[in-house]
Amino acid sequence: MLSRALFNRALLNRTLRWETGLALVVIIVGIVGAASSPQFLTGNNFFNLGLSYGEIAIMTLPMTLIIISGEIDLSVASTLGMSSALLGVLWSDGWPMPAIFAMVAVAGLAAGAVNGLLVTRLGLPSLAVTIGTLALYRGIALILLGPKTISNFPPTYTDIAVNGFPGISNLTYSAAIFVVLAVVFGVVLHATPFGRSIFAMGASTEAALFAGIRVKRIKTILFMISGLISAMAGVLWTFRLSTAVQNNGTGLELSVVAIVLLAGVSIFGGKGSIAGVVLAVLAFAGIQNALLLTNFNQEATGVVTGGLLLVSVFVPNAASFARRLRELRLFRQQS
Amino acid sequence: MKLRQVTWFTLSLITVSSLLTACSSASSSSPPATSSSSSSTGSGTSGTASGSLKTGLKVFVIPKNLGNPYFTLADSVKSGGALAALNTLGETGSETSGTDATPASQLPAIQAAITKGANALIVSATDPTALCPTLTSAMNRGITVVTYDSDAPACRSLFINQASTSAIGTSEVDLIAQEIHNKGDIAIVSATASATNQNAWIGYMKTELKKFPNIHLVTTVYGNDDPTTATQVTQGLLQQYPNLAGIISPTTVGIAAAAAVLDTAKYRGKIALTGLGTPGALKKYVDDGTIGSFELWNPANLGYLAAYAAANLASKKVTNAAGQSFTAGKLGSFTIGSDGTILLGPPLVFTKSNIGNFNWGF
Amino acid sequence: MRATPRLGQRSGPPAPPPAGSDSRRLTERAFRIRESGIIVVLVVFTAVTTAVRHRFLGVTNIQFILVDTTVFALLALGETMVVISRNVDLSIGSVLGLSAYLSANLFGGHQGIPIPLVFLAGLGIGLGCGLVNGLMVSVGRVPSLVVTLATLYIFRGIDILIVGGKEVVAASLPPGFTNIPKATIGGVPDLAIAVAIVIAIGAYYLRSFRSGRELYAIGSNPDAAQLAGIPVGRRVFTAFVISGGIAGIAGVLWAARFGTIDSTAGTGYELTVIAAVVVGGVAIFGGSGSVVGAALGALLLNTISSALYVLGISPFWDQAIAGFLLILAISIDRLISARLTAALRLRGRQHA
Repeated sequence: MLSRALFNRALLNRTLRWETGLALVVIIVGIVGAASSPQFLTGNNFFNLGLSYGEIAIMTLPMTLIIISGEIDLSVASTLGMSSALLGVLWSDGWPMPAIFAMVAVAGLAAGAVNGLLVTRLGLPSLAVTIGTLALYRGIALILLGPKTISNFPPTYTDIAVNGFPGISNLTYSAAIFVVLAVVFGVVLHATPFGRSIFAMGASTEAALFAGIRVKRIKTILFMISGLISAMAGVLWTFRLSTAVQNNGTGLELSVVAIVLLAGVSIFGGKGSIAGVVLAVLAFAGIQNALLLTNFNQEATGVVTGGLLLVSVFVPNAASFARRLRELRLFRQQS
Repeated sequence: MKLRQVTWFTLSLITVSSLLTACSSASSSSPPATSSSSSSTGSGTSGTASGSLKTGLKVFVIPKNLGNPYFTLADSVKSGGALAALNTLGETGSETSGTDATPASQLPAIQAAITKGANALIVSATDPTALCPTLTSAMNRGITVVTYDSDAPACRSLFINQASTSAIGTSEVDLIAQEIHNKGDIAIVSATASATNQNAWIGYMKTELKKFPNIHLVTTVYGNDDPTTATQVTQGLLQQYPNLAGIISPTTVGIAAAAAVLDTAKYRGKIALTGLGTPGALKKYVDDGTIGSFELWNPANLGYLAAYAAANLASKKVTNAAGQSFTAGKLGSFTIGSDGTILLGPPLVFTKSNIGNFNWGF
Repeated sequence: MRATPRLGQRSGPPAPPPAGSDSRRLTERAFRIRESGIIVVLVVFTAVTTAVRHRFLGVTNIQFILVDTTVFALLALGETMVVISRNVDLSIGSVLGLSAYLSANLFGGHQGIPIPLVFLAGLGIGLGCGLVNGLMVSVGRVPSLVVTLATLYIFRGIDILIVGGKEVVAASLPPGFTNIPKATIGGVPDLAIAVAIVIAIGAYYLRSFRSGRELYAIGSNPDAAQLAGIPVGRRVFTAFVISGGIAGIAGVLWAARFGTIDSTAGTGYELTVIAAVVVGGVAIFGGSGSVVGAALGALLLNTISSALYVLGISPFWDQAIAGFLLILAISIDRLISARLTAALRLRGRQHA
């Protein structure tokens, strides 16, 4: 009981410190962005942000849980592409949309299940497995669609690219879904035993197993959730672009991982928070958007993204480095 | 402990969302670009008499991607492209886009341009339909949308075509037919399978091929605008079709890659190669005989014309109805064709004799 | 209880036991089986394809495949050294692109520059990038996945900034340079021979030099390696520098091969190379595998690509097959390592 309280306090302290820093970054980005471009803090711009980053943001949520549990899923963008291809093929074959949605959901769950089973039942490293499924699912998208492009989707769906959520004109559907999912994931991760067990298995698989946590089952579920969410992101993506083509979403997985790392989620597992992820999404999107609006050389955005990522890992390292230095000095003084 | 954390978190989420909505209702949706304050220097000053073009228009040139040598030629001031024309006209021109040639990469740049108060957009579409929701909403706000090089037919007012689609298709076939003496198997090395312009040209190639009963198109392969893939598909062709007489590659990356493969004693001169390419990249292969002739147009002129078209349309000097005409500076007068298409002119054929004349910077 | 593998800390496959023992021979035999496995698949695949289309095994096509593989085999060599030490280098594609442009561009600016100097320039660029990676991983103690993900973006960004919309064209490259990928000795491409020699050197280094073997130890159990007195930081640093340097040379070769270089050269290569390395039997969490296996993995993937084109099977199957093979490869590896662990444990008990 006491140890759990201490554990939570330590965790709270650590994550709060990182999140406060991130919140500061978001505020600074907001201020600097608004100062350098009058269009930055406009509703219209938020709408565009929601359009451009909605799907990526949604995919960061299950990715966070997976990384906290000690694994990684690099196949998310390919699952997005595969679901987009499936959507296109079924639509051009005349299937009714509700049936297509069901089919795509099943495909996403199956894709995640394959990842999960390979990792938990066969004990394969998730990094290697998901690099394999990254190629496999993208390949399936290629096989399904071939060179074709399907773009005759009904306007009721493709309108998500122009109209916001009913009632809130500048919130895109994808951003709305992100907000809802963030709350759900946040509650699950931080306030349920399920969430606690994810942290536990990330910190130490053996200890978690001994504590009776069903590690394999939970990890498989996490991968399946990731697959399902990526499939949903694929549907949103396809409707936003009103196009299903085999290269939809190529390369997105690195952006998703970069954002999650920026959020202070440790790549080794066991640490992280959804609040951090939300702030990281805002920071990431905000910075790129501000650069775009201020005529910053677009060709240099890659350097900024990479630099951000490095800063996000060096800062905690610098803190612990300083602490180690201090401890060393103390130790020398004592002896 | 957990409850506090959750409450704090949910509260912040709600705060953020309401901030977004508050901002949105405060500034509502951005006013249509033509009347927004940011372009007051533009629409206010010069008269709208039919004789003069508006100056100070904010025009954004949005190629498929940045860092693409072809578009650098088409757009830059140095090569006399779109931005040079915009400068001459007294407009405020800037170039923006993403770095991958995908709609997902291009869209944020288009949206940012709209947000920054664009009066006109000149776009080379990465996809015929994916940009439409955004471009259509731009047009609904009074922004002039013009495409060049690669079209998005349903969501623009004008399309500046480098050369008539049929002219490119037919002339490619004529060039190769000449080199293989009207007889033999040929193949096409294309770019990506979904590129609008590629498929349109290939369509016309197939029609023209009907005139040559002894030439047989065995297959079309896709190099995906990537040198490694283009090389591999070309090599695959050579293995799969040992009697191949000629290759047409209507893409600058494809023809350069194919030329590198064919540039050996074994294939040079035995397998004809033609297509669309830049003189700089292909000079070596024309000089050593790997390529007999190829064609292109002047990309800088394409950009130049697109700029003039956009300026004229945005100034309401022309509408996009067929038959209307306007002058494009040093290029002369152009007439709008059916379907809002403007043709730059016939493709330029490059051979050993004239390739030295074209020094476009690289 | 078998621990489920996860990032960062886990017990990998058993490190090679002390010399001379029975177990060592068993372990080596297991790894040899793995390499021969790839060769078997390669042979079977080639045989089947040739049966359908005998030109597949023709001299020209073999030359094509070998030359196609050289760049990837080189990259696989560097990546293997990094992966063996339980790290990963995602930035090799960007390093290749940077080196390809900057080195080939030298020809345009300096007429008559000797070709070896251009290779040195490429090597230098690669070494510099590798240095940056190595420093951050070894001194900064940042996980290599994060570092090289960031440098993937940063190096590519620098490449785009420098290159902009320009490109290096074949006409500016001397024929001596562009003929390098085409030169053959007795029908075998020079490049293939050169790369085979480099790989042999790499294999010898990893097997017979203490610093090479220490990489395996670091990959198997970094903490134990540290306690055993192995200079972990220095070894890992060296691995990244070598990986970068090799990517730099690969960039120069890329330029010689394709002749036209812009800012997109090498995009996306990192995942292909890692796939080749894993298919080649190198464990993703380090501690086992060989450069020969990795090179064979690269050869296998390229052969399959080529076969698809030659057979006229839609190249759209290429990705799916590569992904499937990767999963198959690591599953087999897992099987072998599990059996091996059990066998070693049995022997340990017998000898006790």
